[in-house]
Order: sequence, then C-alpha cells, then structure tokens
Amino acid sequence: MSNPQEEPILIFDDVSFGFDDNVFLRQVSFELRRGETLIIHGAAGSGKTLLLKLALGLLPATSGRIHLFGQDVTRLPEREWFDVRSRIGVLFQEGGLFDSFTIEENVGYPLLNQRLLKIPEEQVQPKVEQSLDFVELGHTLEKFPSELSGGMRRRVGIARAIVTQPELLLYDSPTAGLDPITANNIIALIVKGRDVRGATTVIVTHRHQDGEILERYRYNEKDGGLRPVGSNGDSTRTRYMVMKEGAIAFLGASFDFDCCKDPYVAKFASR
Amino acid sequence: MLEFLKAPVLTFQEFVQLSARASRGVVLKPYYWDDVFTQMDLIGVGSLPVVILTGFFSGAVMALQMSRALQTYGATSQVGMIVAITLVREMGPVLTALMVAGRNSSGMASELGSMKVTEQIDAMRALGTDPVMKLVKPRLLATAVVLPLLTVLADFVGLVGGYIVACVMLPLTTGAQYWNTAWRALGYDDIAQGLLKPFIFAIVLSLVGCFYGMRTTGGTQGVGRATTQAVVVASVWVVVLTFIIGRIFVSM
Repeated sequence: MSNPQEEPILIFDDVSFGFDDNVFLRQVSFELRRGETLIIHGAAGSGKTLLLKLALGLLPATSGRIHLFGQDVTRLPEREWFDVRSRIGVLFQEGGLFDSFTIEENVGYPLLNQRLLKIPEEQVQPKVEQSLDFVELGHTLEKFPSELSGGMRRRVGIARAIVTQPELLLYDSPTAGLDPITANNIIALIVKGRDVRGATTVIVTHRHQDGEILERYRYNEKDGGLRPVGSNGDSTRTRYMVMKEGAIAFLGASFDFDCCKDPYVAKFASR
Repeated sequence: MLEFLKAPVLTFQEFVQLSARASRGVVLKPYYWDDVFTQMDLIGVGSLPVVILTGFFSGAVMALQMSRALQTYGATSQVGMIVAITLVREMGPVLTALMVAGRNSSGMASELGSMKVTEQIDAMRALGTDPVMKLVKPRLLATAVVLPLLTVLADFVGLVGGYIVACVMLPLTTGAQYWNTAWRALGYDDIAQGLLKPFIFAIVLSLVGCFYGMRTTGGTQGVGRATTQAVVVASVWVVVLTFIIGRIFVSM
C-alpha cells in the first residue's frame, strides 16, 4: 500500500488551452498530493481562474492530460463529470451564489443535487446549518444574497463549498476586493476548512499575506483561533505557484519563492 | 467572404448543438417539475393580458378593414369567414408568438445571461446540475405546452372582437350570420395548422432565448446585447417559419 499522503489528487500534464494566436494556458504541468496546499499568484489575465475551471471540467483542455483522484478526466463526458465534481468544493471569484435562492437554498444546493452524495432529505437542513455556523452566518438562512455584504457573501460561498465535505477545495480570489480585516477572517476560515477535515486546498490570491497565513498557521480546535505551525515536524505542506501569461513562472516552496531572483516572481513574494 | 460567413455558421452550429442536447434531455432524467410549473405560470399566465389584447384587436381590425373590400361585392355578411380563416391560420399563432418572443425570449435571455456573467451557470455545473436540464428544458417544456393554449385563446378572443365590430359597425350583418360563416369556413386542416404553428414556434422561441442567454459574455452590456438578439432572432424565425409551414399546408 502506498502512503495515502503521497497519492496525487490533481495532476496537470502539459496542459494547454486556446487556439492559434490566442493561447491562454501554455504547457502547464504540476502535481498536487493529498493534504497539500497550493497558493497561486499571478497578474490579472495570467490564467489562474482558467486553471481552476479546467480542473473542474468547466472547460476542456486543448491539449495535455488532467488527472483527478487517480482518474483521467481529460476527455470525460459532461454526465460523468458530475460524479467527479461532487468530490470537489469550489468558491468562485464573484461568489457564484444563485441570487434568486435564499442562503439556505444556496448552501443546500450541492447536497440536493450532487448525484453521488445521496443525502437523505432530513439531513440536508442540519448540514446546511452546521456549515453556515462554521462561517458564523447561522442567522442568515432566510435571507437572499443581495441582502448580505460582500464579505458575508464570500463566507456563504465558502459554506457552500465545504458543505459536502469535499476532498479537494478550490478557492478563486476569496479575498479580492475586501478590506484587510474581512480578508483575514476569510483566510482564517479557509485554514479552518483545510485543517478540520484535512482537505487538499488550492487558492488563487493577489495578497501575499494570504499565502503566508495558510502556510504558517493551523486551526486551533481548542480556542477556535489560529496557532503557528508547531516545530515538531508538522508542516502545512504549502507550495507556491506564480503564473505569467498562461505559463508557470515559478513553482516551489516558500524559501525558494522568497529568494527567487526573477523580477516578475519577486513582485509576489514578500520583501 | 468566408471570414464573413464564419461567425453566423458557428453560431448556428452552437444553436443546433444546444437544441440537440435539449431535445435529448426531454426524454432523460432528471425532471425539475417545480421549474416547469414556475415557467408555465410566468409564460402562460403572465402573457394572458397582452395576448388577449392583441388577439381582440387583431380580430376587430380584420373585420373592419375587410368590410370595405367586401362591401364592393355586397358580401359584408361573409366577414366572419375572413376573420376566422386569417386568425386561426396566421394572425393568432404569429401575433401570439411575437408577443411571447417579446416578453419571454427576452426574459430568458436576460435571466440566463445574468446568471452566465455572474458565474452562476458555472456554479450550477460545479454543484451537480446540468444547466441544459435545469434551465433550458423546463423553459422548453413550459413554452411548448403554454403557447398553443395561448394561441387558442387569442383566436377565440379575436373572433369575439370581429363579432363586435360586425354587429355594431357593419350594416347587413347579424351576429348569427357572423358565427355561422366563421364556423363553416374552418376546416380540420386550418385547426391543425393553427395548432402546429404555435407548437413549433414555442420550441424556437424558448431555445433561441436560452441560447443567447447561455452564450452571453461581457458583463451587463453583454446581457443587454443578448436580450436584443434573442428577440430579433426569435421574431424573424417566427415569420420565416410561418411562411414555410403555410407553404407546406397550402400545397397539401
């Protein structure tokens, strides 16, 4: 038996997207193992969101191969994608909440619609409440997304992403356009979501602090806050990726990231 | 020249693909019946006032205009026949479809378009539902059921409109004469044509509305563009199709 921690969850093998002169993603290759955290930086339009959409099968890769949970999903028909997607939680850049549904219906949506989950109907309500309590929005069940602030909507999006307890979580710019305090709260929730269930996490962000928090802190179950990663060999196994014009400009650990000489990459590292 | 044709051909291909997926979806599970009934209410009940009004006045106008021509031959008593045939064969289905295109194809395009640009369609796919099944199919089914019913209603109200004009404004016409000629003029093929047309229009109207909504790009401006395109394309298809279907029935 191989070590479950070494099992790759997501593999991009030489993946490109685009045609002729419009190539949006060029020969992207990387592996993400179970329990790892991947932080993706990059300028606007460098293909970060596209990368997540390919990983979710919302767009087909033009060339190269994508593997998810050990299965080759490159040419998977849409109907079979739904089974794979039920193991992934996602927060979209704009939240992607259904604005004609209440918060309760929004968070319950994947529970009721992911075919693979088959949740009995009486269990939906408690799970929804539990997930909303997790992001401290248990009182908003009957509200509509338009009645909430931007930060609250982002938190509802997180509640909806984690409600199915997925193995892989994808966050697209969870802190974009938020004030620093709200942004830090959101990141703390993402750390919590990662550590409580040991989910593999991919996060696209513009803020260097986001990556730093995710790398250096763990969720503290005793007091509900964050604590620095211990020295007893515990590691969040965090890696950084920097995208530039559709290609990977950097991929590696934080030490290499901070020391990288490339001026483009250095812009995203702390200095 | 070829470059010029590329975009419309590509658009048509995408439309055919969506239509194929939607039609295949009609016989496949899952069915979201809640959404179907909501759409029926929205399209059917919601369109009642406008459909009744246009139906009534188109019948009245037909009677009014045709009476002039009929007077020349001293045949004003035949006005019921003319109103019945034009309404049931052409005016009822086409005007109802145009009204529904204006109300609902645009509504579908703007609703789905807004969902597209705010990533709700992507979210839907990511969370386990196929947008074709969840959004397109209910609209297709609802329109296909409701549009023929609306058309029948418009036909009837139009006949009543013609009747009022014939009795009140035209000399030498009695109500009994009007209904008698109207009834005798209609054959089974007229009824068949009058019901087949709205059914086919319904398919086109809903698919065009959903299609332009689902391919919306470019923010709020894109939603506006998609809405306009949906109404224009749906309306043009209605008048083109009514000619084609009419041609087939005439030659039969």
